[in-house]
Amino acid sequence: MFTSLQSLIELAESRQLPLHEIILQGEIASSGRSREALQADMTRRLETMRASVDKGLASPVHTLSGLSKGNAHKFYTSIRQNDAALTGSCLSRAIARAMAVGEVNAGMGCIVATPTAGAAGVLPAVLLSLQEARGFTDEQLVNALFTAGGIGIVIVNRANVSGAAGGCQAETGSAAAMAAGSAVELLGGTPGQSVHAVALSLSNMLGLVCDPVAGLVEVPCILRNAGAVAQCFTAVDLALAGVESLIPADEVIDAMERIGGRMDERFRETAQGGLAATPTGRALAQAFWTRTRGEKTNEF
Amino acid sequence: MENIRGLSIFDIIGPIMVGPSSSHTAGAVRLGLVARSIFGEQPQSALIELHGSFAETGRGHGTDRALVAGLLGLEPSDERIPMSFDLARDCGLHFQFQDVDLGESQHPNTVHFILSSADRKMEITGSSVGGGMITVTRLDGFPVNLTAEFETLLIVGEDRPGTINAITARLYEEHINVAFFNVARDQRGGQAIMIIETDDTIPGGLVEYFKTFPWVHAVRRILRLKE
Repeated sequence: MFTSLQSLIELAESRQLPLHEIILQGEIASSGRSREALQADMTRRLETMRASVDKGLASPVHTLSGLSKGNAHKFYTSIRQNDAALTGSCLSRAIARAMAVGEVNAGMGCIVATPTAGAAGVLPAVLLSLQEARGFTDEQLVNALFTAGGIGIVIVNRANVSGAAGGCQAETGSAAAMAAGSAVELLGGTPGQSVHAVALSLSNMLGLVCDPVAGLVEVPCILRNAGAVAQCFTAVDLALAGVESLIPADEVIDAMERIGGRMDERFRETAQGGLAATPTGRALAQAFWTRTRGEKTNEF
Repeated sequence: MENIRGLSIFDIIGPIMVGPSSSHTAGAVRLGLVARSIFGEQPQSALIELHGSFAETGRGHGTDRALVAGLLGLEPSDERIPMSFDLARDCGLHFQFQDVDLGESQHPNTVHFILSSADRKMEITGSSVGGGMITVTRLDGFPVNLTAEFETLLIVGEDRPGTINAITARLYEEHINVAFFNVARDQRGGQAIMIIETDDTIPGGLVEYFKTFPWVHAVRRILRLKE
């Protein structure tokens, strides 16, 4: 059931059950574990997500490299003082949350990799912002995480979620797709609308390269999480209004896989292309490596 | 239609880990943890040789601190990982890093530990193969394949007839199902190593029992990695 989103929709429709229930039942069957144990494990992940968001918003996070310094805190403070963000109250707060998790990750703080550490900001940002705006319970958010996880499994089974294999489209693109599908369900959309949101969000992120400055999970990764949240919200609103993706979600995932396979190695996490290879990107990398090589004889 | 790669929801929504990278940070902690487990206790001293991407970009990802954290027994989600160098000082673990070239056939994210305590020394090579998953590939010169995805029994002893039977007979009596079984030796009649990965928990008493066999030199129980 986890090899196509179409089969998930068909199961949900034929059994008259929401996507999260179909996915949870699948996990119970494959793991042999109880519903309560799986829900408890997922609740622990939700709590870790919330803690990472809170940490990144509460005060400026300083990363190991010093490349980014508390932008999440800066942006969050700004939008709270002056409610003039063009992206609106809900999206702007989600953007701040996504960056918060990205910064905490880069600062060696604790996060939940969803689906990877580099893309870990998207899902907590979307779900926790919807909770703030619409008052969803933690139990509903845990259900949404099962839906997101099921979508992620389909993506891994048809393509992959690693920047080294498929570029940033596979990391933040997959995260946006997982978040979009689960958000539509949370907001009362049908399973079909959830899957259209997956297709619409991923379509808008196809081709995105993985080009980390100095090879660190930091620039542009933290901001890509913010961009992915915006793509997710766009797709969610469109899908809930009944807009459909002409290309079915499963085929969009397959297209992502083929694009990733043909992507030049320079654009797959090697820090040899894109923003990493700009004059400033190279200079930042050089400065960072000179500094860390100076510390290379770590010894005690 | 089925889940062809046997993935769990928690492979996608997880692991819970200290950043920034599942392969360079979480995987590195796990390599340290498994090395500590194979050594059987916290070593007093560790020479940690970094190969490939671990040497090139490891410090930017905290790979060095993560490896030391694992040797100290910290889990990948432990927020003390960034402070592991200070913790090592408090715990009496002396460590030193060195960049090495282990050859092109090695996975880019590879570490070679040389661990020692007062009276013994052990060399362990392992790689972080993606998503926080690891493989131990060499143990004191023996080629091995140990993932710690299962509970594992490691037995080092003399290479002589009947040893496999003696071990598996007892596993049978204890109703322990073997998932993977790997045997290697340095030479005929020399030293042999058995790596037995099991579906079921190995009771501590069984480890003590195997130690009483006269041809057994060392037995280790390596716990399955969580998260």
